[in-house]
Amino acid sequence: MQFMLLFSRQGKLRLQKWYVPLSDKEKKKITRELVQTVLARKPKMCSFLEWRDLKIVYKRYASLYFCCAIEDQDNELITLEIIHRYVELLDKYFGSVCELDIIFNFEKAYFILDEFLLGGEVQETSKKNVLKAIEQADLLQEKTETMYHSKSFIGYKKAY
Amino acid sequence: MPAVSKGDGMRGLAVFISDIRNCKSKEAEIKRINKELANIRSKFKGDKALDGYSKKKYVCKLLFIFLLGHDIDFGHMEAVNLLSSNRYTEKQIGYLFISVLVNSNSELIRLINNAIKNDLASRNPTFMGLALHCIANVGSREMAEAFAGEIPKILVAGDTMDSVKQSAALCLLRLYRTSPDLVPMGDWTSRVVHLLNDQHLGVVTAATSLITTLAQKNPEEFKTSVSLAVSRLSRIVTSASTDLQDYTYYFVPAPWLSVKLLRLLQCYPPPEDPAVRGRLTECLETILNKAQEPPKSKKVQHSNAKNAVLFEAISLIIHHDSEPNLLVRACNQLGQFLQHRETNLRYLALESMCTLASSEFSHEAVKTHIETVINALKTERDVSVRQRAVDLLYAMCDRSNAQQIVAEMLSYLETADYSIREEIVLKVAILAEKYAVDYTWYVDTILNLIRIAGDYVSEEVWYRVIQIVINRDDVQGYAAKTVFEALQAPACHENLVKVGGYILGEFGNLIAGDPRSSPLIQFNLLHSKFHLCSVPTRALLLSTYIKFVNLFPEVKATIQDVLRSDSQLKNADVELQQRAVEYLRLSTVASTDILATVLEEMPPFPERESSILAKLKKKKGPSTVTDLEETKRERSIDVNGGPEPVPASTSAASTPSPSADLLGLGAVPPAPTGPPPSSGGGLLVDVFSDSASAVAPLAPGSEDNFARFVCKNNGVLFENQLLQIGLKSEFRQNLGRMFIFYGNKTSTQFLNFTPTLICADDLQTNLNLQTKPVDPTVDGGAQVQQVVNIECISDFTEAPVLNIQFRYGGTFQNVSVKLPITLNKFFQPTEMASQDFFQRWKQLSNPQQEVQNIFKAKHPMDTEITKAKIIGFGSALLEEVDPNPANFVGAGIIHTKTTQIGCLLRLEPNLQAQMYRLTLRTSKDTVSQRLCELLSEQF
Repeated sequence: MQFMLLFSRQGKLRLQKWYVPLSDKEKKKITRELVQTVLARKPKMCSFLEWRDLKIVYKRYASLYFCCAIEDQDNELITLEIIHRYVELLDKYFGSVCELDIIFNFEKAYFILDEFLLGGEVQETSKKNVLKAIEQADLLQEKTETMYHSKSFIGYKKAY
Repeated sequence: MPAVSKGDGMRGLAVFISDIRNCKSKEAEIKRINKELANIRSKFKGDKALDGYSKKKYVCKLLFIFLLGHDIDFGHMEAVNLLSSNRYTEKQIGYLFISVLVNSNSELIRLINNAIKNDLASRNPTFMGLALHCIANVGSREMAEAFAGEIPKILVAGDTMDSVKQSAALCLLRLYRTSPDLVPMGDWTSRVVHLLNDQHLGVVTAATSLITTLAQKNPEEFKTSVSLAVSRLSRIVTSASTDLQDYTYYFVPAPWLSVKLLRLLQCYPPPEDPAVRGRLTECLETILNKAQEPPKSKKVQHSNAKNAVLFEAISLIIHHDSEPNLLVRACNQLGQFLQHRETNLRYLALESMCTLASSEFSHEAVKTHIETVINALKTERDVSVRQRAVDLLYAMCDRSNAQQIVAEMLSYLETADYSIREEIVLKVAILAEKYAVDYTWYVDTILNLIRIAGDYVSEEVWYRVIQIVINRDDVQGYAAKTVFEALQAPACHENLVKVGGYILGEFGNLIAGDPRSSPLIQFNLLHSKFHLCSVPTRALLLSTYIKFVNLFPEVKATIQDVLRSDSQLKNADVELQQRAVEYLRLSTVASTDILATVLEEMPPFPERESSILAKLKKKKGPSTVTDLEETKRERSIDVNGGPEPVPASTSAASTPSPSADLLGLGAVPPAPTGPPPSSGGGLLVDVFSDSASAVAPLAPGSEDNFARFVCKNNGVLFENQLLQIGLKSEFRQNLGRMFIFYGNKTSTQFLNFTPTLICADDLQTNLNLQTKPVDPTVDGGAQVQQVVNIECISDFTEAPVLNIQFRYGGTFQNVSVKLPITLNKFFQPTEMASQDFFQRWKQLSNPQQEVQNIFKAKHPMDTEITKAKIIGFGSALLEEVDPNPANFVGAGIIHTKTTQIGCLLRLEPNLQAQMYRLTLRTSKDTVSQRLCELLSEQF
């Protein structure tokens, strides 16, 4: 995988992860182009598209788009499930995750991603193992409350 | 309802984020950010030392600001300080900041590397994990220099924790991608391979990615991974859906690992060991079988994961391309997906079938789905799916279905999305050329392309149609007629004007006999478009006009008037002005002879890889097109005009000098600006030439090729896989000169290259040939030229034989072809009136002087083509001589050193019977006989 972008329906970038070295300028350009391309697509369209010499795999969860760029030889369907597994990880960690969780706890979203994917490859697919690693760190910390409301990504709350 | 934020909440950060979100405008946001930046800066610069928590909070705020899209130029040092904190979360934020924001600040990198080194040495698995993540995220060369030696040790050490092993494997992978030279192979590689056997599936998952990447570059070193991967895969696919616990995903056992293992196996050919091979085949069959089982869950995640493995398995089957049974099963499976209700599956099935189409085992099976694919083209609502359908149609196209596929693509083109039109145009152009059996179909197709999608027809496409028309005399008359008709449309695309201008300039004479397309009408038609065209097109039309002056003396005055007008002679565009001045002058000062030489018909274009194909490759990236093309080329070796490998040196003459590139035709040699190059004119390939095997005495097809040169002087005489022989010759009176071009089509040198001219005994006395030996080595891709000086002493019947011997690789090659030096080459045309003709005809009434032949037409009976052939034969074509206007009569003199022989000929076509009667009368019986033989073969 070359990069992963999370952005809202309004085109606001919520998370970006680059697995290939690119200049800031290039990253901004890619982001702008891709956000535009994906947002222009209609709901029933297929989740894959060719873009430059890459394959784009994307999926929308509630207000947020998850978008991955993979190479020619890479498997589209498994990438779609990488996205889903990441959403599940976030959901399990935050409890019915929503866009605001990712905005206010962007650093956590990064940490979870690093445990799941490293260098653009799947590192650990077991949900248990990924969350164990994250929660170990949290154990040391106090819990604080913040105030916000929003809708969860996954319709079925706490299905697992 | 308040949501609980887990972990260490940073209240200040949350407040700041809320503030930003509450900003009503971009300006307010920027103001708030600037305020915060000022605050952080003063905190960092302040006298009071910040505690770890504050540092973490501010660094985190900076990160947030950066992620909003603002530039951050400070805080790096504070982040680096956090790295050496003993508190996990502070360290974590420090590493995150570095991972996201690092730049190649060497000072900083040293400090960062230092901190990483300490954490790697700490033996604390969580700290080690953070350090490895940072290396994997940054992956810079400096980091590779510092850690590429250390990480393999961590990876294979017996006491390393599983989670650290996983990170180490992918960290090493990232470093290998950035700086492969810095990751030395060594003892560790064999131990890494054995990680495929690890008990921990997470370790296997991470290690498989690393091994795959390393194996791609060092296949030998990682060969043992094949059998390990097969047995691991086998254990996974046969396991029950609950066996793998948390590694089972929606009832699919370890889908990510399965995909990775199948991917690893694609780095290698099918396993040699029959046991391993058998086991792998079983795995693949199991995966295919599972696709037919009822789903274990209705969730899309289940079917996606299952099908991800299936598609990867199909990729492996295609990669191996060795099990017809599996290939056909794969094709059937994809066929089912073509009609699946999930758009994603339809998309992937189309994509995957594209590669299946290039396998000889499954090509036919893919073709059976043509109707479904065509339907997809018409009904899919998503352009990216339609695009895949176009790709697949292109891939499955062969001679049997080319007409249908091209027609469907053309009709789709009318409504196609703008984003993919150009590509469709290229594909149609390539298919039409490649699979044309009937070149009139090719011409029609390209003109349709221009009509439907003129804007998307790139230069390569219209250059190509001109190249093909020029190289094939059987289509020239038709092309002229068709473009003439197409130009009648009140509004036609400029690309049509270009093609039309060029073709009429070359071959307008072939239709000029029809009063509806007389020279003046042709000229007026073209000139009516002139003022609407861009400068390059107008320049091209001016060249057409000067060619008309040569072809049709009757319109010379009209054209001169046009050239002389102020809008041309004083045109602001220097190119147009120059052409007008030069062409006007040329038409005034040059004699008909000179004009005819300068504006002689274009010589055939050197054959090279179709420039359109090159363009498509460029557009799609080499991997997608090349493989397909290579395999297809091999399968359909008999394809006329298919793209052939190019000799590297197609000689300098075909590369126009900057000043010569007036026509804007790029690689096309310009004709009207000077006489065609008389030497080194490149390989003169005729696309029709039969590929013959190199066996002496006479190569098969040699007779046919020989006959094709009776009425023309230039072209390809012989071509096989190795060698191409092109000719270019000129004759005057009883003398001639022939340039023979030997092209080495391979990349290997020819040694002892010896062409020899052989004349039978009696021929030797009648024909005098002189030549010099050529260089005995011909480099791969190079071309050598040989000049033969010819003198006709007396009339002759046989033809000399050209024998070529050389060594290619280890083998001796020996080729013989008949050299087309024929008696009619020494013809000089004679114009005469009807009365004179019949008077002479009667004088040659001695029975031996007349030879007559009645024969069936071998080609369509086209008046214009017949005329062109009689002129090409060398005699004058006498109009209004024969009382029957359907008949053709000609006259000329054969020049030999010893004597001159007057010749008269008459050709009477019988359209109904599709027959001809040819009568030759000359002053010498052998000449009558020979000329009659030669000319009879031409119709």
